[in-house]
Amino acid sequence: MFPTPIERTRPSTQLLYKIALPLSIIIWLLPLLAVALTSIRSGADINSGNYWGMPLGYYILNSFKITIPTVVGALVLSSLTGFALGVYRFKMNLFVFFMFVAGNFIPFQILMVPVRDLSLSLGLYNSVWGLVAFHIAFQTGFCTFFMRNFIRALPYELIESARVEGVSEFKIFWHIVVPLMRPAMAALSVLIFTFIWNDYFWAIVLTQGAEAMPVTAGLNSLNGQWVYNQHLVSAGSIIAALPPVLMFFLMQKHFIAGLTLGAVK
Amino acid sequence: MYSYWKNNQLKIAPWIFLAPGILMFSVYVIFPIFQSINLSFYQWDGLGTKTYIGVDNYIELIDDEYFIVSLKNNVIWLVLYLLAVPAGLFAALFLNQTVRGIRIYKSIFFFPFVISQVVVGLVFSWFYDPSNGLLNVILEFFGFDSIAILAEEDYVTYGIIAAGLWPQTAYCMILYLTGLNSVDPEQIEAGRIDNARGWRMLWYVILPQLKPATFIAVVVTIIGALRSFDLIDIMTGGGPWGSSRVLAYYMYEKAFSEYGFRMGYGAAIAVVLLIIMMIYIATILYRLYRDEKGG
Repeated sequence: MFPTPIERTRPSTQLLYKIALPLSIIIWLLPLLAVALTSIRSGADINSGNYWGMPLGYYILNSFKITIPTVVGALVLSSLTGFALGVYRFKMNLFVFFMFVAGNFIPFQILMVPVRDLSLSLGLYNSVWGLVAFHIAFQTGFCTFFMRNFIRALPYELIESARVEGVSEFKIFWHIVVPLMRPAMAALSVLIFTFIWNDYFWAIVLTQGAEAMPVTAGLNSLNGQWVYNQHLVSAGSIIAALPPVLMFFLMQKHFIAGLTLGAVK
Repeated sequence: MYSYWKNNQLKIAPWIFLAPGILMFSVYVIFPIFQSINLSFYQWDGLGTKTYIGVDNYIELIDDEYFIVSLKNNVIWLVLYLLAVPAGLFAALFLNQTVRGIRIYKSIFFFPFVISQVVVGLVFSWFYDPSNGLLNVILEFFGFDSIAILAEEDYVTYGIIAAGLWPQTAYCMILYLTGLNSVDPEQIEAGRIDNARGWRMLWYVILPQLKPATFIAVVVTIIGALRSFDLIDIMTGGGPWGSSRVLAYYMYEKAFSEYGFRMGYGAAIAVVLLIIMMIYIATILYRLYRDEKGG
């Protein structure tokens, strides 16, 4: 283990480490602590009912309406593509795979004008479904990469022997591979949930007004309107941050497994 | 019909599985890239007819001082954002222990990555607030003058990058923590026997084994730097006087905001950003290709 385990060092170093740990946390979270203090101090205002004048609940509902279908859609599409690219050998395999990977890495802002046009012409502009459709498509890039690598690591003999038995490809996918993909799906769903919940850019490009706006964009517009109620917005932002934070603490193992895919050879 | 399927199942099946994914990805990601490139040769307000103007948008870019400022800021972002990589390594080394409660410490360190950049941006604008933000309270406590970081042209970009480094460092840290988990203990013991310690151990024994983690950390950090938008919009709206804009932000302003609906010009900025990005994508794909062929 590197660095040297602390219990093997001198007592003075051990003591220093024990002090440094909590201290470093306080410094690291300093900006956040300041906000927490502001919103606690304003507890009175929150109880006075002021707070519920903000359409925050509505924005949060929109966030769920956007995030959950996106997670489901991206998982469905990418388990299909990941299976195709992970299991079959065909000429275009690597090309298709690279297309997904490359598309996933672009600074997505360059898609802004065409995607907004497309959403307008499909009648999806300023609707929850417009955001869902784009997010599913874009996240399919990353998810395909993830699923394909996961499926590559599964024992191939399972599929081979099923084929020898005459099992059709669809049944192999549904009865053999899908049950094995559960850990990958768990990891991806937490990650995608967080990414989409936290999305701000597409929220402001593809929505306008409160009907379809998720909480990230909503918070910013509140920040403009409620500029004299900073503590209200700070309380709002804490509430808005809660779902992904809860998700992370509940499913930490999956979250980190998803995020660090490839960090180890 | 049925027998045709039976005989060619292995050839057709992958394309059936791929079809929905490829369709969605092409419509929303691949085609729009080319549409953007095409649009950069037109003048278009988003509603009326498009007029072909050749490379005029690009010629205008060269003389546009706001474009140059944005480009320069993008370079600053790229360079400084990469500090998240060594900072994340440092944090990972600091936390890679097995003392009691360390898992909670790791989670708390990682925490900034989980929250939205909108919240990070709000948090840091309050932190920097010149009248009662914590930063200036601290500065004044130590006898310095307070500074309004987000209102100073010279500091604003650095202030925003510092906010961005917060979650990004957490991300790099988690990559390195995972990497450190799988460092070969025998090599460390061998190093210890050869009297390698501290920095030398880190440099010659540990870092080479952390190469995959470093690679991913650099890739995600570069992508993050080029995608920077949220923090700028939340914290300054590109100001003061456009001094904190980056390409992604300037593009958005040109195309969609009250500064005029210049879709073609915005698309030309997009192309410049795409070219910068292509260099990195090519490197990543080359490495993937090498791994695929080698592995």
